[in-house]
Amino acid sequence: MNALPDLPRDGEQLQGPALEARLARTWSDAPGLWGFLTTVDHKRIARRYIVTALCFMALAGFSALWMRLQLAKPENSMMGPDRYNQLFTMHGTTMMFLFAVPVMEAVGVYLIPLMIGTRNLSFPRLNAFSYWMYLAGGIMIWLAFFLNIGPDAGWFSYTPLSGPQFSPGKRVDIWAQMITFTEVAGLAVATVTVASILKQRAPGMTLARMPIFVWTMLVTAFMIIFSLPSVALASGMLICDRLIGTHFFNAAEHGSPLLWQHLFWFFGHPEVYIIFLPGAAFVSEIVATFSRRPVFGYPAVVMSVVATALLAFGLWVHHMFATGLPRLGYAFYTAASMTVAIPSGIQIFCWIATMWDGRPRFQVPLLWVVGFIVTFVIGGLSGVMLASVPIDLQVHDTYFVVAHFHYVLIGGAVFPLLGAFTYWFPKFTGRMMDEGLGKIAFWTIFIAFQVTFFPMHFLGIMGMPRRVYTYPTGMGWDALNLLSTLGAFVLGAGFVLFLVNGIFSSRRGAIAGANPWDAAGLEWATASPPPQYNFPHIPVVFSRTPLWDNRNHLPVMTGLRVDDRELLLTTVMEAKPDVRDPSAMPSPWPLWAALATTCLFVCSIFTPWAVVIGTLPVAAALIGWFWPKTPPKAEPVIE
Amino acid sequence: MIRRLLPLLPLTALVAGCQGIQTSGDDAGRDSAIIRDLLVTFTIVTAIFFVAVMAFLIAAYWRRGGKRQDGISDEDGVSHERSLRLGFFFWVGAVGGALTVLTLASYFTDRGLAQANPDNKPVLSIALTGNQWWWDVQYHYEDPSKNIRTANEIHLPVGIPAMIYLQSNDVIHSFWVPNLAGKQDLIPGRVNDIVLMPRRVGHYRAQCAEYCGLQHAHMALDVFVDTPADFAKWEAAQEQPAPQPTTPLAQAGYAYFMSRECSTCHNITGTTASATVGPDLTHVASRATIAAGTLPMNRGSLYAWIADPQGVKPGNNMPYVGLNADELHAVEAYLETLK
Repeated sequence: MNALPDLPRDGEQLQGPALEARLARTWSDAPGLWGFLTTVDHKRIARRYIVTALCFMALAGFSALWMRLQLAKPENSMMGPDRYNQLFTMHGTTMMFLFAVPVMEAVGVYLIPLMIGTRNLSFPRLNAFSYWMYLAGGIMIWLAFFLNIGPDAGWFSYTPLSGPQFSPGKRVDIWAQMITFTEVAGLAVATVTVASILKQRAPGMTLARMPIFVWTMLVTAFMIIFSLPSVALASGMLICDRLIGTHFFNAAEHGSPLLWQHLFWFFGHPEVYIIFLPGAAFVSEIVATFSRRPVFGYPAVVMSVVATALLAFGLWVHHMFATGLPRLGYAFYTAASMTVAIPSGIQIFCWIATMWDGRPRFQVPLLWVVGFIVTFVIGGLSGVMLASVPIDLQVHDTYFVVAHFHYVLIGGAVFPLLGAFTYWFPKFTGRMMDEGLGKIAFWTIFIAFQVTFFPMHFLGIMGMPRRVYTYPTGMGWDALNLLSTLGAFVLGAGFVLFLVNGIFSSRRGAIAGANPWDAAGLEWATASPPPQYNFPHIPVVFSRTPLWDNRNHLPVMTGLRVDDRELLLTTVMEAKPDVRDPSAMPSPWPLWAALATTCLFVCSIFTPWAVVIGTLPVAAALIGWFWPKTPPKAEPVIE
Repeated sequence: MIRRLLPLLPLTALVAGCQGIQTSGDDAGRDSAIIRDLLVTFTIVTAIFFVAVMAFLIAAYWRRGGKRQDGISDEDGVSHERSLRLGFFFWVGAVGGALTVLTLASYFTDRGLAQANPDNKPVLSIALTGNQWWWDVQYHYEDPSKNIRTANEIHLPVGIPAMIYLQSNDVIHSFWVPNLAGKQDLIPGRVNDIVLMPRRVGHYRAQCAEYCGLQHAHMALDVFVDTPADFAKWEAAQEQPAPQPTTPLAQAGYAYFMSRECSTCHNITGTTASATVGPDLTHVASRATIAAGTLPMNRGSLYAWIADPQGVKPGNNMPYVGLNADELHAVEAYLETLK
């Protein structure tokens, strides 16, 4: 191991506090604001990603409460259609593009290097760039909303309503450009995720030993890579229609309004699973830890995740059953949509079987899992109903659908996310979340959620369409709407309670050790919160549950340089040590590049020439970013 | 079979209990009745699976006696991996089987619905055109002189299939009379169609079901299913041109209408007003509502609408005209004569 003794490496000569001090010096950021702006540490970036996503969630949540207030009674004159249409557009757009997908990716950005036993993600500067782009896009669209020029064509922005003729002004341009920001950010994170998972796993962590969460994030990242180009194409064409007078979606000039729907839903449906699958992966991790046994049927769960991802690309037309496409062809999409229930059913069986055959401790994270199962099963079953063409023709675009996807998205993704926050909170902050407050928040949110959204099933069947800013009296919808509004406010209070618990516990919570839940994954092998370099020595893995199988001493490998940022790369399938690779230092260039790109994107809303001239600053920033400083020095591993 | 099961289940009461003029729990049309039965079938099957999952979950909560497998010895624990594996395959089979049954049920129901006119009855042909935010309605007959044009209201004879051709002049809308059938979109550049087979006389409400912009919420359509005699009477009345105004006030309104802003957008058959930008007003006073289901048809609503259309339905395409009181009285009086 000591073939190159002139360079300081971890090993017998260098371990314990001396090693930690040396690694900390190598891996820490500059102090203060400069460090904040230049950091490439996955944990810092993930933390700000999560906090930002939660801020957007709060904004979108307030929009929802505002809408529910308007719908509390019929013929309400609290707000006019313009405000309401902006609100539901902002609510949907923010929840999908600025909260749900980014927050899932962000938890992955935090946890993946810890779970696979490495010091940082691949392409750490790209990761930093991704965050700045995401932040810029989110600020742009919300600034527009506060200036009362928020987009108002819905989060789906169907053409021709979103086209130049029926949405004059800049509102839809801002929406479409915000999509571009999130596309760039999402693709960047997905690339980083795939590269890290495939090449940076700890020695011995073969594909078959990867935690289910890592498997899922790998699959999800591939889904992002394959689905985002579709919406990039669609939003690019929309921008061209609006900005430079093309006619992609203009029926009068032989364009096709339905083309938009195909492209949008080819992305939009996988998007739902991009949100749900990480939620399901949180559940797999939590269930195993709190049942004190590995997840029942690991291969079945992993194959279910892969199957869901593949099926997700084959059922976008179920959003278009009422558009008059060939009726026989719909049958394929009905069957494909129904089939998704099989992998979901398999996962649900495996989770409950894990609890049934283990020694479950019903602490707060597991409570969220139980809440998730109850809620998600209802949402999945109403999804089976929606897959049927005749039923969909009745309930499509009604409150039945609103109920369905809130059951799937809140029940299927947000409940597990809250469970995940509770579960990994000690890892993030070093302190435990308060159990009592956590239980109160759980029951408040769980019950209020059902009160808010269950009545919407009936509203839909009773004929109430979506996206209406008011409804007439005498339709029989009044009482259920009022109930739903009351539930929504209690639900909001529940989220506030959860947040208060988080803030309170991060200051005063009980100190957590490295592994407070006695869990099995590598992320629990290091201190809470983890040091900048994650692990003093890179762990070596011989099973799926390393911390349970090596309770006394976790095997490690040594020999990585400590005077420079160095990572161990391993082979894709077997995770055999491959090469040692330098990892990028902190740099301001991702920020400058993001600012230049933001400038290009925002200015191109106003003139197409921005696309030409705006590339110059972007090019300058990228040249600065990639300017060679030291020759790259990937070294072979010496066995 | 399913029909025989219906009265036994409280679920049915839940679905069928949704009575109203705009509900998919109704059976006033062939399609809505068939779809309601399918929905009940789906509800029953999915409810069984929900109960099964909950039972397993509760069992897991009560048992708490499995075996630890986290590297700490657990003498009291009993593991049943084998039976779980058996249960797993049983479960996958049950889910797959149920999904197959539901898919086939859905498929054959859909095939049945797609048979537009199985009885080969004479068909009524209606062209429905969506506009932001109102419906243009044209009844087409073999003798084109009998064609009827109206807006925001359709009448159908009970028991006669109506073929409805759906088009849009601007953005995507969706035509949905839940009491009679499912929905179908109106898409610019395309002609979609849907067959309504009304079975029960009544007044139903349709509403645009695809977000179509600012006033999407106020784009409704009254649907009357009439007895054949009533329908013939309505048809005959609609074929007539508008009556001549007789009172001096109505005549003043007529003069204003024909010479000022109103006639640049609206058509009144039998007069010089022949524009098609806005809804046809030939028999506007005979309709149940105005402004696409926004207000009930009465004197007060007419006054409110003519005086300030933007107050009633902000953002709609009828401009504020600024009539003085005399003109307002006159135009309102004239419109009231258009029965």
